[in-house]
Amino acid sequence: MSPHAPSKARVPAVEGWFVPDDASAALLGGRCRGCGTYSFPRAPLACPNPACRSGPAEEVRLSRTGRVWSYTDAAYKPPPPYVASDPFEPFAIAAVELEEEKLVVLGQVVPGVSASELYVGCEMELVTATLYEDQTNVYLVWKWKPLDRPTSTPSGGRARR
Amino acid sequence: MTGSGRVAVLGIGMHPWGKWGRSFVEYGLHAANAALDDAGISWEDVQLVSGADTIRNGYPGFVAGATFAQALGWSGARVSSVYAACASGAAAIASARAQILAGMVDVALVVGADTAPKGFFAPVGGDRRDDPDWLRFHLLGATNPTYFALYARRRMAIYGATSKDFAAVKAKNSRHGAANPNARYRDVVDVDDVLASPVVADPLHLLDICATSDGGAALVLASMDFARRHAASLPSGGTGKGIVSIAAVSTVTPRYPNTVIEMPNFATDSAACLPSSSASGNEQAGGPAGGETDEPAAAPTGGFRSQVAAAAYEEAGIGPEDVDLAEVYDLSSALELDWYEALGICGEGEAEELLRRGCTELGGRLPVNPSGGLSSFGEAIPAQAIAQVCEVVLQLRGGAAGRQVAGARVGITANQGLFGHGSSVVAMR
Ligand SMILES: [Zn+2]
Repeated sequence: MSPHAPSKARVPAVEGWFVPDDASAALLGGRCRGCGTYSFPRAPLACPNPACRSGPAEEVRLSRTGRVWSYTDAAYKPPPPYVASDPFEPFAIAAVELEEEKLVVLGQVVPGVSASELYVGCEMELVTATLYEDQTNVYLVWKWKPLDRPTSTPSGGRARR
Repeated sequence: MTGSGRVAVLGIGMHPWGKWGRSFVEYGLHAANAALDDAGISWEDVQLVSGADTIRNGYPGFVAGATFAQALGWSGARVSSVYAACASGAAAIASARAQILAGMVDVALVVGADTAPKGFFAPVGGDRRDDPDWLRFHLLGATNPTYFALYARRRMAIYGATSKDFAAVKAKNSRHGAANPNARYRDVVDVDDVLASPVVADPLHLLDICATSDGGAALVLASMDFARRHAASLPSGGTGKGIVSIAAVSTVTPRYPNTVIEMPNFATDSAACLPSSSASGNEQAGGPAGGETDEPAAAPTGGFRSQVAAAAYEEAGIGPEDVDLAEVYDLSSALELDWYEALGICGEGEAEELLRRGCTELGGRLPVNPSGGLSSFGEAIPAQAIAQVCEVVLQLRGGAAGRQVAGARVGITANQGLFGHGSSVVAMR
């Protein structure tokens, strides 16, 4: 590679779904101006609450931390349009419950954390991380990162289905 | 609408499931002819063809009803083609049933068939950044097994389920499917086989997850009056064990808020504001229940799958205690356990115990997936919900050789299509 090659631009892989700051990553969700319910991604046309006839939700930053509702991993390379690393590195996926918004949001877990290190109820924070890159850009996405890494995995979690 | 709301199932037909690599039209035609023969009805007597669409086989798949009608030879029959993801088969049954009950037609043919790609289901091609099904693959690498695994892990954390329990579901279904000539996988596997297969999405192993298959299934449905006249005209001159009829077809959508993460979504609905909360734009009275204003709307209980089943029971005028067998969508082994609870066969968190006691095995209190289920078939999307009904009807007739549920009188199917499609059919004799 030429030493004069410009560094790649860091761009979000999807527009308007999250704030791709390294220091203060946040999901951009919606909050209904009428009933106050939340949505992710933001409900752009109408409130999802059937008892509410308000219009588009206002954009809000969702809570940056939450607890694992459930988790899994991708042991095999997902098909396109996923852009997989070569060689493929398995990754964990977490569904994280945000307490204030009372919604559960999916995200990949940061590289280096395996599913065996997670547990239901595990506290997670949102970060910005690389999804994939091409010749000109690094494409960013939100990912979940454990706030701590316990050696034992307590059982349980709040039962709510 | 007990009794008066019924339609008769005159005929059932299937093309064996497999990875045949031929046109879905061929499978559908085969199944349709088998169902017509089974019913003793000629194609030209069919007044409506109701097709369940496939979205991976080009234009003919999007207009499946017409595709099958043309393959059988244009007869002037009415046509309907519907898509509802994994629930497409039930949606096609619902369309036919509605037109029969409305008195528009007497005899309808319902057909679904698919030719499936290999491996994980990927979204339909193209660069579609406004399609959540495309985006969940692109942004998360979230395949269908990702979601099944989230539910499975949740059962382990909340109810103490184990990988062995999940494997035991697969083992049970393999014993059932071994006796089904239409099943794709007919080898009996045991718990150790499942646990020895590679982990695809922790905690699910390869053998916990259903494959994708080619296959076709069809039903001949008729009004009860037509069925009685038709039965009297047959050489046997009678109805034998009675006419098998469909008493309910539940095709409901979820109630807000749906607090379980569903394919292909990135998040659940928010439970921060329940439907009972006061809304600023409240010109719409009544809410989702449609006129039941005597009590405030509350958070829906039990999740979408329970709502799907509840609607079927209510329409049929029965409860879980009346059911003799169930065919449920075991996209994963663990998901079958979720369905036990959604169908009310047991309480929340009791599915593992029900399984361990053998209640859902052939010979048990309420056999589940006597056909072998998706784990023995693999999923042929638009055919699958129809195939579930084929199995229930065969069981109610007493014709399921090698896997018969003794004395079965009532059966229920249950299934769910992504983007919020419920599917549950109650059949009885
Ligand atoms: Zn609202």
